[in-house]
Amino acid sequence: MSLEITNVNKSFGRFPALNDVSLLAEDGEFLALLGPSGSGKTTLLRIIAGLEIADGGAVRFGDEDLLAKPVRQRGIGFVFQHYALFKHMTSAQNIAFGMQSKARKLRPSKAEIKAKVAELLALVQLDDLGERYPAQLSGGQRQRVALARALAIEPKILLLDEPFGALDAKVRRGLRRWLRELHERTGLTTIFVTHDQEEALELADRVAVLKDGKVEQIGTPEELYHEPASAFVFDFLGDSFQFPCVVRDGKAVIAGVDVTILGAATPADGPSTAYARPDAFVVGPADGPGFGARIRDVLLAGPDARIDCVLDDDGAIEVRVPHAVAQKLAPRNRISLIPREVRVWAET
Amino acid sequence: MSAPSPARRDPPLLVAALIILAVGYLGLVVFLPLLTVFIEALRKGIEAYFSGINQSEVWSAIKLTLIVAGVAVPLNTVFGLAAAWTVTRFDFWGKNLLVTIIDLPFSISPVISGLIYVLLYGANGWFGPQLQEMGIQVIFNITGIILATTLVTLPFVARELIPLMQAQGSDEEAAATTLGANGWRTFFLITLPNIKWALMYGVLLCTARAMGEFGAVSVVSGKIRGFTATMPLQVEILYNEYNFVAAFAVASLLALFALITLAVKTVLEARFADELAAQRWR
Repeated sequence: MSLEITNVNKSFGRFPALNDVSLLAEDGEFLALLGPSGSGKTTLLRIIAGLEIADGGAVRFGDEDLLAKPVRQRGIGFVFQHYALFKHMTSAQNIAFGMQSKARKLRPSKAEIKAKVAELLALVQLDDLGERYPAQLSGGQRQRVALARALAIEPKILLLDEPFGALDAKVRRGLRRWLRELHERTGLTTIFVTHDQEEALELADRVAVLKDGKVEQIGTPEELYHEPASAFVFDFLGDSFQFPCVVRDGKAVIAGVDVTILGAATPADGPSTAYARPDAFVVGPADGPGFGARIRDVLLAGPDARIDCVLDDDGAIEVRVPHAVAQKLAPRNRISLIPREVRVWAET
Repeated sequence: MSAPSPARRDPPLLVAALIILAVGYLGLVVFLPLLTVFIEALRKGIEAYFSGINQSEVWSAIKLTLIVAGVAVPLNTVFGLAAAWTVTRFDFWGKNLLVTIIDLPFSISPVISGLIYVLLYGANGWFGPQLQEMGIQVIFNITGIILATTLVTLPFVARELIPLMQAQGSDEEAAATTLGANGWRTFFLITLPNIKWALMYGVLLCTARAMGEFGAVSVVSGKIRGFTATMPLQVEILYNEYNFVAAFAVASLLALFALITLAVKTVLEARFADELAAQRWR
């Protein structure tokens, strides 16, 4: 069954948090809500769970009207950014809480609950830590207990609010892969909120980019990366540089050079702004075409070499080039720079 | 204890001076007066002490005090919980005003709290005549004493809980709800364990104050011996009659009650120290 969000609105006082948001999460899909803080992504997640009340709109799961149901009957597993583990209960007690909260008729027996807790602890790879209190666990372990606790109620939908937000980079990468595997095993419709584009692009089947309470674009990670619908999406998905340009005959003229415009749609002729990724630059000799620049630093660590340079007409940029190119360069060299390819959107 | 690093080593003279100042201040303001109560009470020996207490008037004062505290404290515990819950879990118009009103009994003199009740329910008060017709007497009666005590001790529990519940936020309760727990279950299994220490502390303070309240109770009680005299009032009555040993004996009992409640708190804290330490995170 798919989760369908239609025209959801929400404002806090005079501040509009969500503006007519519509989204569809397919059955079993792993959907990411990506956006900067204040874009409304967490609010949307909390509305689906019932922790916030929408001003208008509908949220349906199959033919169920979710908004008409009280939070505790929605059957939605929610993982909070700061875990929200019950501090006075052990991991095992935390995980058992949902099952013990069921109405007497539906409640599993003590033995069944115990078996299920053990099974979930194994699933999140914390078999031996059932008797620990949250304070005795690391951040990553707490997050996994929180996940096991949410899964214990056998939810139909799993919602994760910045699940790795409070963890350090390395733990985060490990958990990310693990979560992806877990999703493949459980097949649960999962929506997670993040402000980390790398996380969204790596984990999700599809990503919805939110800005100011509106869906800016929704698509697969490939679509988003290769066909960003707006300058905002392009900028949010990675580093980017902007140059004034003039569009003429399907080319962007930048510093007197014709540059290829990527993307299916061709923008109208006239002055505009061109956006380029740091790895889409051609570095030439000092008298080459494009912008004149002076190298400040050459950084050779990493998969690509990074050239930190200052443009003659003000501004500094750091471009990425293959190591073979970078080895011929040194600080204080003069070079010319021109984007190989850019993107141009109609100015709004 | 390891020696402090050189950077944190203060001149010994300064250390000594500060310690003497702190201990001296506490001794002068707290310990010495407390000690005096017991010294005065036992001045004429243990027999005089017990015969001072063992009077029907004193026994009825003790009984009355316990009854008043027994009603006022549970009332304000329930009120404090409800108020703290409302203030920290919901946003509504006039919230700041509500918090201010909860604090009001702290800022107005207890005598005024008592007078308000006399003005409202006294024989010449707003509702006095009607109540009298119905045969209900509030002022110069235990009802008035309970009302005045309840008003004066109103903020104690709420004041302990509000900052704590504000700091804790409602994530754990939200989590319990998404896991299918209903309101009562969430309250008893999640909220209450998280606030139990603050709640206990608030209840203890509230109890101590309810038993020791003088000003407001003095106005509404009428000090009818053996009937509307609570322990603090009984102390005053005895003292004014130059019956110093009995006055200090009753006073020492009051002090003892307070010390017992504090001891209970310390014992409980020591007993659950492990659990407390295990839960301390974030």
